[in-house]
Amino acid sequence: MENRKRNCVPSAATRLALLRAMLRARRFGEKIIEVYGAQDMKTPVHLSIGQEASAAGVCLCLEREDYLFTTHRSHAHLLSKGAAMLPMVAELYGHSGGCSGGKGGSMHLLDTAVSCMGSSAIVGGSIPLGAGAALASQMRGDGRISVSFFGDGASEEGLFHETLNFAALKKLPVLFACENNGYATNSRLRARQPHFEIARHAAGYGIPGAAVDGNDVMAVHAAASGAIARLRAGEGPEFLEFKTYRWRGHVGPECDHEKGCRPKEELDAWMLRCPIKAFKAALLIEGLLDEPAYAAMLAEIDTEITEAWRAARSGPMPSPEDLYKDVYH
Amino acid sequence: MPWTKVIIDKADLDETLGRRGLRGLSYREALCEAQRQLLETDKSVFLIGEGIDDPGGVFGSTLNLHKDFPDRVLDMPIAENGLTGIAMGAAIAGMKPLFIHMRADFLPMCMDAIVNHAAKWNYMTGGRVGVPLVIRSITGRGWGSAAQHSQALHALFAHIPGLKVVMPASPYDAKGLLIAASEDGNPVLCFEHRWLYDFRGYVPVEKYSVPLGRGVVRREGAHVTIIALSLMVYEAAKATRELAAEGIEAEIIDPRTIKPLDEEMILSSVKKTGRLIVADTGSRTGSFACHIAALAAEKAWGDLKAPVRLVCMPDTPVPASPALEKAYYRGKDELISAARELCRKV
Repeated sequence: MENRKRNCVPSAATRLALLRAMLRARRFGEKIIEVYGAQDMKTPVHLSIGQEASAAGVCLCLEREDYLFTTHRSHAHLLSKGAAMLPMVAELYGHSGGCSGGKGGSMHLLDTAVSCMGSSAIVGGSIPLGAGAALASQMRGDGRISVSFFGDGASEEGLFHETLNFAALKKLPVLFACENNGYATNSRLRARQPHFEIARHAAGYGIPGAAVDGNDVMAVHAAASGAIARLRAGEGPEFLEFKTYRWRGHVGPECDHEKGCRPKEELDAWMLRCPIKAFKAALLIEGLLDEPAYAAMLAEIDTEITEAWRAARSGPMPSPEDLYKDVYH
Repeated sequence: MPWTKVIIDKADLDETLGRRGLRGLSYREALCEAQRQLLETDKSVFLIGEGIDDPGGVFGSTLNLHKDFPDRVLDMPIAENGLTGIAMGAAIAGMKPLFIHMRADFLPMCMDAIVNHAAKWNYMTGGRVGVPLVIRSITGRGWGSAAQHSQALHALFAHIPGLKVVMPASPYDAKGLLIAASEDGNPVLCFEHRWLYDFRGYVPVEKYSVPLGRGVVRREGAHVTIIALSLMVYEAAKATRELAAEGIEAEIIDPRTIKPLDEEMILSSVKKTGRLIVADTGSRTGSFACHIAALAAEKAWGDLKAPVRLVCMPDTPVPASPALEKAYYRGKDELISAARELCRKV
């Protein structure tokens, strides 16, 4: 038992990579907050701040070839999967060098080089797409798996139930990764569902499911690596619910308590459980990290972000003729 | 030419095919042969739909394909929207799914997957991720099929940027357009009509495609142009026989693809005849016929010698009673009346 437990602990390099991925996503979101007031980033931004652990913990278990489909709240997922930052920033500014050529904006980011095949801003949209890519992989026998990220609201859509049923029926290699932040825009989960355990839905379809502390990146990583190992072994779909909290509004850089959408005390309590702060503290205690190393990591990330912003800002806008391009493939 | 001809009765069939020794297939057989050849030649093609492997095989159009391609002819749960999304995900990952609905009336179940997702994905990804997904569906008619089993919804989908829409009327086009749709790399909706399934016509044995966006002149005529969609091509063919006896020579154009539309063929015919009738299987308001009328008004106003006439279905749901069905469906007789009216106004 002891041995098994020790084997499950990721390497020091992986743990530092998890911290780095979370910190990078956090600083990316904070940079958006910093610049958003200038009103030249004309795109509705859905920030992942507070929810970085689920993105990092899952995506660091994936290979480059594994498909990822995500939502309007995609920044942390893409960055953690290895998407190039500069084209993401260019897309936020609507530039032709953006990852979607200026056609997508913040809600439709992708990087096919790392198998991030697109993001849907319709709740639930990512769910069948991941299952469909998994069907393709299964038919071809190419060994890839797929991940669909979605929020708690998506578990109320018919698409969710239709897809889980089919994925279970065909034993598709897809991980359903539900980030339960307790709110669909401003509607609380308790106003929408009769219970708080979204993972329970999976059991109805015979899909192994677990609810995980979505602010504990080690717990996320352990659950995801186990699920993904079973997926790769052909054991059928897996479901993970990550209980977490969104610090900022559904859309935009403000906090929801400022608009009266939720109590400030609720945010304060979750901020005490910051996934980055907690994990950093653990790594410091373990001696895997010291403050100078953390400062160096942060400086490196900030330099990358500054450089990405600088390079992206200098790119051209699309030309009016580009409007008519890409309607068809 | 035998491949442009629509055959409306036995004598016509014998005349067109029999004497020349050409192979005739029914529309359903042509669809089935197209899918068989796609499955044979392209491993990324698969078929999915409710009951497509049952003994009827979607009115014969998928008959027995599951026996030869058991891993690529898939029955599915009764979950049209979710499965359309799943088919789309497979398409994004490099497969070429053909999604099959026995009734076009099931398409509104899939509006989110088709309209919000499949239609937009290539554009939203700046052309980086295409969706090579074909969606077949069949418009029913008669025997009390009524309001939820008889709808002609093609215009709804033609309205959506990013989709292509084909409406094959002949067996030749059913095969060729379906193959072209599968190879096109975009989401293509193929609207078939249940009453076309038994019509026979010349269909070559080899795999061929009919280019999307190219119409065909079914009959040449100098006095009036009839643009006819799907089953209305046959109604128009029957009408022109009677009109010819009165000295009215009608030209029939079958656009075959309504999006993208062969505007040039339509406009050049209107230029020649100066009169336009549009025959559509859908209800009138917001119909595709309205779109063609608007095209003529904008781009052929100077050529028109008479007002444009639309022969569409009325703005009611499709009824069940035979007496009401008879009142609902429009075709040959209305086309004849419209042509007479326009040609008298010279």
